[in-house]
Amino acid sequence: MSARRRLSLGERLVIAAPYLWIGAFFLAPMLLVAKISVSQSALARPPYRPIFEFSDSLADIWSKAQNFTLDSYRALISDTLYVESYLSSLTIAAVSTLITLIVAYPFALAMARAPERMRPILIGLAAAPFWTSFLIRVYAWIALLKDEGLINNALIALGVISAPLQMFATPGAVVVGIVYSYLPFMLLPLYAALERQDPSLREAAADLGASPAQVFLRVTLPLSREGVIAGALLVFIPAVGEFVIPDLLGGSETLMIGRTLWNDFFSNHDWPAASAAAIALVALLMIPLLLWERARLREGERAQ
Amino acid sequence: MSAASSWARRATLIVGFVFLYAPIVILAVMSFNTSRLVSVWGGFSTKWYAALLENEQLLHSAKISLAAALTSAAIATLLGLFAAIALARFGGFRTRMLFFGAVHAPLVLPEVVLGLALLTCFVALGVGRGFVTLVIGHVTLTMCFTTVAILAAMRDCDPALEEAAMDLGATPPEAFVRVALPQIAPAVITAYLLAFTLSLDDLIIASFATGPGATTLPMRIYSQVRLGVSPQINAISTLLLALVAVALGLAALVSHWRVRRER
Repeated sequence: MSARRRLSLGERLVIAAPYLWIGAFFLAPMLLVAKISVSQSALARPPYRPIFEFSDSLADIWSKAQNFTLDSYRALISDTLYVESYLSSLTIAAVSTLITLIVAYPFALAMARAPERMRPILIGLAAAPFWTSFLIRVYAWIALLKDEGLINNALIALGVISAPLQMFATPGAVVVGIVYSYLPFMLLPLYAALERQDPSLREAAADLGASPAQVFLRVTLPLSREGVIAGALLVFIPAVGEFVIPDLLGGSETLMIGRTLWNDFFSNHDWPAASAAAIALVALLMIPLLLWERARLREGERAQ
Repeated sequence: MSAASSWARRATLIVGFVFLYAPIVILAVMSFNTSRLVSVWGGFSTKWYAALLENEQLLHSAKISLAAALTSAAIATLLGLFAAIALARFGGFRTRMLFFGAVHAPLVLPEVVLGLALLTCFVALGVGRGFVTLVIGHVTLTMCFTTVAILAAMRDCDPALEEAAMDLGATPPEAFVRVALPQIAPAVITAYLLAFTLSLDDLIIASFATGPGATTLPMRIYSQVRLGVSPQINAISTLLLALVAVALGLAALVSHWRVRRER
């Protein structure tokens, strides 16, 4: 990276537009959420007690800062609803990520080993659902999973079951929804990692007497590690904060943090609680990202 | 490759694509079902499509969504282009890390958090919520995607070409517009389309950022869906899916045609 340099006027103007936008509509709102999370909740509009006014002097700000309350954070820890939502979000996201990986791996492998002229068509078909509406794809599963839905009717017609299975409105339905919706996010990085692999490595292993299973476990799988990690993060991170899937496919007892936060905000009007939950959620998501970044840095050091 | 593994590969591909496409295809088929019930085929009919045309609420929301997507995608693409230029060409300027982080953060931030932040901000500023705040929300959401898409293309195009143009007397804006822009044009178009589809599909940010009078199509679909499967929703979903399918098909044809012409 070149040394820090001063920007010309023209360059400053180019940078000012995105900077101002991000500052006004992302950084400032996030600070506001952090502020509300330490405010007291109130029966008013907006439903929290304001802490600072624009007219405050420094002394005012200092005295008011004494009114900061960690009540919302304390409530987060003591409120079993929140604790359960976090744990259940993490569990559902982890299980879904694992299943997505198991479903996507053979699929990506089959695409990467397909004849070369077929690959662009296959990858196009695998990526196409990403451009269609997420909401509609989740909605499509309701008709499949319901008690009087297609899967149950087909199973009853085939004589496999006599009474409909309860699939809709369960955590399992949420997992199916996440696996289905996020499959392209896992497929693409896996495909990229597998397609890059040099076939001669596998041939060499086979020539030296490795069985196909050994070739897979000791050559193909380890070499696709980067793709597995990237795909897992691309599925896990949005899945933890997911709202639409648990709301449409999960039952009322399927707790996920995105949904609890939404309800606290829209139904209970408890802004400080929702804000504290949002800040905690961001912190929760940063942990796997930072761990990944650290692992990558360490990898880089080892490579040198 | 042996015959057995080639057979296994084909079977895997078929199972995979059936899983990806069956729910969508079933939804499209159901939209032509006379019967209201999912599991009973009552015969072919287009009556749900006819009913759509008379559903004023839904049509109004579709117009709002379309207008918001067209506008917000244009702003997000322009801002993303500026952000990408700054990150790719301005070297290590003083607040680069903050800028880089802030531009990319919405990518990993759950939409509920971003929506909540935007709404608290609009309320604190005393701004009435409606179409304008909806567009602001969607630009904030989609701008990180446009930045990433354009930045990747900017990194692939050689700055030496722009420097050569400047040595020959072009001003920096001229050099950018006449040398770099034609090279990154496909990425700019992709970025616009990406922002457009994300905005058209978004439920969460819209629910926080919009106000009465500017209810978007996904919000209408969502409130209908919560009441159960509805044939009219099947019909409008099928129309949206068909739109995407046609657009993707055209894009594939255009790129195929370009590749052939270049040979």
